[in-house]
Amino acid sequence: MLAAIGAADIETLFADIPARLRNPQLNLPPALSEMETLADLRELAEDNQHAGRSALFLGAGAYNHYTPQIVDALIQRGEFLTAYTPYQPEVSQGTLQAVFEWQSMVCALTGMDVANASHYDGATALAEAVIMGNEHFRGARRKVVLSPTLHPHARGVVHTYTQGLGLSIVGEDLPPDVAPAALADLVDDQTLLLAVAYPNFLGQIDDLQGLADRVHARGALLVVMADPLALGLLTPPAAFGADIVCGEGQSLGLPLSFGGPYLGFFATRKSLVRKMAGRVVGETHDRQGRRGFVLTLATREQHIRRERASSNICTNQGLMALAATIYLSTLGKHGLRQVAELCWHKSHYAANLIGALPGFRVVAPRPFLKEFVVACPRPVAEINDFLLYQRNIIGGYDLGQDYPALKNHMLLCVTETNTRAQIDDLVGALSELS
Amino acid sequence: MLEPLIYDLSRPGRQGVTLPACDVPPTPLPDGLARTTLDLPEVDQLTVVRHFTRLSQLNMGIDTTMYPLGSCTMKYNPRVNETAARLPGLAAAHPLQDPETVQGSLALMFALQEWLADIGGFAGVSLQPAAGAQGELTGVLMMRAYHLDRGDTKRTKMLIPNSAHGTNPATANMAGLEVVEIPSDPRGNVDLEALKTLCDDTVVGLMITNPNTLGLFEEHVEEVVAAVHACGGLVYGDGANMNAIVGKVRPGDLGFDVLHYNLHKTFSTPHGGGGPGSGPVGVSARLTDFLPGPLVARVQDQGETQPPHFSLVTPPKSIGRMKAFWGNFGVLVRAYAYIRANGPDGLRGNSEYAVLNANYLRAKLEDVYKLPYDRVCKHEFVVEGVWADAPGVHALDIAKRLVDYGFHAPTNYFPLIVHEALMIEPTETETRETLDRFVHALRTIAEEAHTQPQLLKDAPHTAPLSRLDEIAAAKQLVLCCRPVALSA
Repeated sequence: MLAAIGAADIETLFADIPARLRNPQLNLPPALSEMETLADLRELAEDNQHAGRSALFLGAGAYNHYTPQIVDALIQRGEFLTAYTPYQPEVSQGTLQAVFEWQSMVCALTGMDVANASHYDGATALAEAVIMGNEHFRGARRKVVLSPTLHPHARGVVHTYTQGLGLSIVGEDLPPDVAPAALADLVDDQTLLLAVAYPNFLGQIDDLQGLADRVHARGALLVVMADPLALGLLTPPAAFGADIVCGEGQSLGLPLSFGGPYLGFFATRKSLVRKMAGRVVGETHDRQGRRGFVLTLATREQHIRRERASSNICTNQGLMALAATIYLSTLGKHGLRQVAELCWHKSHYAANLIGALPGFRVVAPRPFLKEFVVACPRPVAEINDFLLYQRNIIGGYDLGQDYPALKNHMLLCVTETNTRAQIDDLVGALSELS
Repeated sequence: MLEPLIYDLSRPGRQGVTLPACDVPPTPLPDGLARTTLDLPEVDQLTVVRHFTRLSQLNMGIDTTMYPLGSCTMKYNPRVNETAARLPGLAAAHPLQDPETVQGSLALMFALQEWLADIGGFAGVSLQPAAGAQGELTGVLMMRAYHLDRGDTKRTKMLIPNSAHGTNPATANMAGLEVVEIPSDPRGNVDLEALKTLCDDTVVGLMITNPNTLGLFEEHVEEVVAAVHACGGLVYGDGANMNAIVGKVRPGDLGFDVLHYNLHKTFSTPHGGGGPGSGPVGVSARLTDFLPGPLVARVQDQGETQPPHFSLVTPPKSIGRMKAFWGNFGVLVRAYAYIRANGPDGLRGNSEYAVLNANYLRAKLEDVYKLPYDRVCKHEFVVEGVWADAPGVHALDIAKRLVDYGFHAPTNYFPLIVHEALMIEPTETETRETLDRFVHALRTIAEEAHTQPQLLKDAPHTAPLSRLDEIAAAKQLVLCCRPVALSA
């Protein structure tokens, strides 16, 4: 091969690299065989506690739901796993049709008209919603109202993404039990959008009725960040007049995987579709008139608009969207609702028992689906240490980290994967800490 | 119709999986909370399996064909990495568990941070960015924050060569910066004189891809970096093309201040039909305080009897977090496994073979396809897919005809500075026999372009569908299969 190139040796091909910097010493461990590599990783994996080894009552944006076995089997088909962005539609119809089906299911869950292929996660989907709002008003409005009960990481990402755009972000320092109506009071004619969570970070299902009218009266947009699994049961945000519905899709059959890769979903009104970021698949036909699918609306995107593009997203979470599509196909309309109802019944069973324990109080003025707040008689870290090291239970999220008013408050999560025996064990363990 | 939509396979009452019965006393749902309709399909499990299996068969992937998509590094994705990412201890750990209970995950991330820093020649690495484009935004926000932290508020311009990926200017725009385009010189380098003229105290920095999108190593890279540094600017490296230079040169040694790695390119994690990717960033010492947080830190050495102890820490002047939790962890596991399996010599060898394979193809094709920049390339090269004596045949036709010969098309119509560009990246994982078949296909297509041009214009002939009407798609805008219109 070198002869064909006319090169004396391989180094000739690297002669354009400054010689004194070429072939640096790398301080990496030496190569391992496949067997040894796997053994090394097994050793690391053994150093973790995890939901396969302990009962898990931790949610806070990452949820332990049951995934039918066919999901992981199908996404490992090499033709899905090892393809890339479907730039050549004739040989990418599998990916393209699956994305089209995903977009359809996101529209069904949210009630919105159009959806995109995905974002990196729910937090970045929310940040893209804010940027889309900024584009929509072409810089004429500078204020963003964020509910304090949006996921703290999602709010953080909004701040990171918008730090060069000169927006003012308000609302987050309101008390965590603030009603949506009080957030609407902050919306004025300088406001791009109000973003709320449904259910919110504290698990509460806020009443969004009438909120959109107040936001729209000021000419602003309403963004609802939703848990798509909850939408298997709850009234869809479109029914409340939402303009953008986005969120974290991990609950739709994706493993916890220590926080990623997850799946941001994004849906909006048809009238706003040209301001939406991300890849979008549309239906068309080939030269013989057969139905097919292509990437469309590319004129919004970075490779065409370059410095006039408002988002740089290209690679997204394709395989995770495929997993969610297979999950939703397998569960179907009744199965998804059944999962959501199991979460409802089990979390209420747990909340009723825990609320009856001396020293513990359930703080849930609104309905909840799978997460609820518990005021505890001692620091949450102390309780969690006892649960894990004495009872092999991974306890809830310490809300005092994000909300000073919620010191000694724990966010507990109960899903269909938690058996009655696990819940009873949790309650029994907590009763020892009363 | 190749395969019906999953919705067309739906029949009332079917379901693909059974769920456990409720084992607790039920709690009634309050009125008004539940939705009344939900338009999801109802399908039995075998129908789901067949549907998605058939859909997969309509795709080309690396597992089925050579996929020489320039700039995307479509190398083999080792299956052992899939097994590793699915180990229960890694796949079933919750991101918000007490760090004490996830020391395995944190140890893996710490090692990967250290290894990537070593490979790139950097002082610090954040694994948080979810893809290359997000790594770019991370880097540019850090550059902006660095200047502002020094009270240097005049800097608003980002210099970007005209050969750059579209993500570079889009990223600068997202960060609120003004984009200034730099021309290329006749050898495909950044035009050094033009760059020097534009370097002043309003420049945030330069975003540069090296090797660039022509597959060429910048011949004056140290002078380019020096010019930007001389005016107080910083240099951002787009690491999309790292597969050419791992173990051959470290961007940090060339003076780069920040670089993103594409783990889904250079480090073999699967592209998944459009993600998930992972785009860690490495930075020089002056930017470590600005890295997105949290990072994994080794907090204390507890002596030889105790294993090292890891925790999550946020740098003092951090630009903030780029995504929820800590990064696309499952992708990090695969990249860790790849680096562990290859070791330093294996990684260097992979880059050498990637460059050898690209130059071999270049040498075997240059008498038939015009090379606008005819010099030794790195891991990819760009040809013009057009001939004066074959009017009417375009790069797109060549790309589509390659499908009939069993190859995925190269990247086409990019970079923008090459007329009718075809950007070819074979990667190190293709055998010489496959490369020879690819050469044969492209040489045959060049003949066909002159003798039977219609064969190209009607291609592909063997794909599941013929060419699709993209204009109709954009006009009719059918983006989901059921009219929902609740929000109208």
